[in-house]
Amino acid sequence: MAFLHDMRFRAYFYQIVAIGFVALVGWTMFATASGNLAKQNIATGFDFLTRPAGFVITESAIAFEATDTVGRAILVGIANTVKVSLLAAIFGTVLGLGVGIARLSHNPLLARLALVYVELLRNVPLLLYLFLWYSLIILILPPVKQAFHLLPGVYLSNSGLVVPAALVESGGLALVACLVGGAAAALVIRITSTRHRVATGRSNHGGLIALAALVVPVLLLWLANGVVVNWDFPTAGKFRLTGGLHVRPEFVALLFGLALSVSANVAEIVRAGIQAVDKGQWEASAALGLSRGKAMRLVVLPQALRIIIPPLTNTYLTVFKNSSLAIAIGYPDLVMVSNTVMNQTGQAIETIAIFMGVYLALSIAISLLMNWYNAHVALKER
Amino acid sequence: MKQALLSICAAALGLAAAGSASAATTLETVKARGKLVCGVSLATPGFAAPDDKGRMQGFDADICRSIAAAVFGDGDKVEFVPTNINTRFQALQSGEIDVLSRQTTHTFSRDASLGLDFGPTVFYDGQGLMVPKSLGVSSAKELTEAAICTLPGTTTAQNISDFFRAINGKFELVVFESPDENRAAFYSGRCEAITSDRSDLASIRAVANNPADYIVLPETISKEPLAPAFRQNDSQWGDIVSWSVWMLMAAEEKGITQANVDEKLKSEDPDVQRMLGATEELGKMLGLDNKWGYNVIKSVGNYGEVFERNVGEGTKLGLTRGPNALWNAGGLIYSPPIR
Repeated sequence: MAFLHDMRFRAYFYQIVAIGFVALVGWTMFATASGNLAKQNIATGFDFLTRPAGFVITESAIAFEATDTVGRAILVGIANTVKVSLLAAIFGTVLGLGVGIARLSHNPLLARLALVYVELLRNVPLLLYLFLWYSLIILILPPVKQAFHLLPGVYLSNSGLVVPAALVESGGLALVACLVGGAAAALVIRITSTRHRVATGRSNHGGLIALAALVVPVLLLWLANGVVVNWDFPTAGKFRLTGGLHVRPEFVALLFGLALSVSANVAEIVRAGIQAVDKGQWEASAALGLSRGKAMRLVVLPQALRIIIPPLTNTYLTVFKNSSLAIAIGYPDLVMVSNTVMNQTGQAIETIAIFMGVYLALSIAISLLMNWYNAHVALKER
Repeated sequence: MKQALLSICAAALGLAAAGSASAATTLETVKARGKLVCGVSLATPGFAAPDDKGRMQGFDADICRSIAAAVFGDGDKVEFVPTNINTRFQALQSGEIDVLSRQTTHTFSRDASLGLDFGPTVFYDGQGLMVPKSLGVSSAKELTEAAICTLPGTTTAQNISDFFRAINGKFELVVFESPDENRAAFYSGRCEAITSDRSDLASIRAVANNPADYIVLPETISKEPLAPAFRQNDSQWGDIVSWSVWMLMAAEEKGITQANVDEKLKSEDPDVQRMLGATEELGKMLGLDNKWGYNVIKSVGNYGEVFERNVGEGTKLGLTRGPNALWNAGGLIYSPPIR
């Protein structure tokens, strides 16, 4: 019986027992639930996904009609969730980086303001902020009939912002080709010029040339009338503006609320990350004659990034999950669409399983991406 | 670690036990508990909302009381559970509530696929649209291109989509989870119109700053027969729920009210004698006290009284009887004979 005293054997044994136990509990729950459902004659299964949805989703990132299937309706929900969380993460990170650096500013006014900003946003539940932003938008802005006419074709009301929509008549492909080609060329130029600078120690105009590579082809195409764009101007309909591009208040309030909450978290993470970089790095930069701004950008921030990435992953996961608060203010995210589906089909278990599965899958995807990036920027010890 | 494992074991055993126990009938469960657990709306004035003394008031609440009175002889032996629009059926299926009396529309798919059955229709409703008077609209058909606010629940989103599809019009749908946000968005002009069951619209209008500024459009775009629901495969309990409701309707037909029910005990009318348990033993057939009918009427009054007290013309909701009048007064309210 010597193997009973083998540490390795015992470790594996306990793990197998634990996994087996979790599986047993899960299976018992599943069996009990499905047994009870069958006993009560409650419909189960995922057939409802192929039925026509029959309801309208006004704000959708992908095309959707009432005659489309329930499955597509859920897909619209997923797309809407991804759209708003992605934008909130981007805006929030940029804003948070600024606020985090401002927290460490030597200017006391700026530093205190940043502190107040962070504390106000972090210490009140996000849901209340969403209600606040939404109420402000719909109560302060006028109804659509009395919309503010800001610029020709631009209207602001409590039904949102309406701007002229650009419909590309022809040359769309050429435009995309120019953009992608320009971006690729700019990237290559920038990388080679940086390499050249590092190798020779002489500064060159790599940044400017890269910018030109990005802009010039598009500009040339435009001047040569390669792209024909039709502007769809909003016009006053019977009740509201028709045509144009609508940015609805539900979306704006949610994006705003999420982005601000991300920015407060990012600001704290950035501040902590910068403070964790050894003071000697600042002093060394100063000794080399770098200005404070350059020291921050070239020496401290790149090192802080290594500390920042893991907690940043958490923030991104949180914003993605928090986007489900959309339901409170009428933005059709995954949860709201699922709720409507649940009501029509009555199949709550399946619908909840779908949206839990989607959140789980997307959260894991975010984690994997961030882990990859983390490994990429981590200090490579050889 | 050992303790954690033990507690998980205990939880799993409890789960398995919960799965196997559910043999008792609903009536036995309710009697053993000593009160009825009734699922109602969150806060819908006129249908189910607590008054300033914390007592649940409303049409749906009174339906719960009539069932409690039939079972216990006391209409106050009810625990009201406010149910969410999304989880109401699960609350019923899981046995958390005994009966669901929550402005719930009786539809085919709910009846056939959710493991529940519906009692008699207690309120004939239909989906309508409400607009501010200042909009100058007199028909729902003029609302193409408008923005319309609604709740995600029930079938409202589907009905309004169908309505506009039939007249080939486009519209913008804004869906809110919370009734308060839904109302606020409508009052602020975010939406031109709000859609819900007509009874619910009356309730929304009643809490507006100036109710006279809003009108409910004439179109009724769907049939919404609201009925109490109970778990399938328990006919005895289904009978109790159904006949408690029918007792209210029959009482109105026979002119029995909360005030005169004691006098009516001495009535010569054989129908009335049977209903109030003065003769024959109808209550026993349901497994109830023989005076169940008397108890129901004594605790909430007849159907007409319940209607007028909660949603009628004298209340803030100001609904007329319309299709909810008795069959012999041009309405649809009809009770099978109690004999």
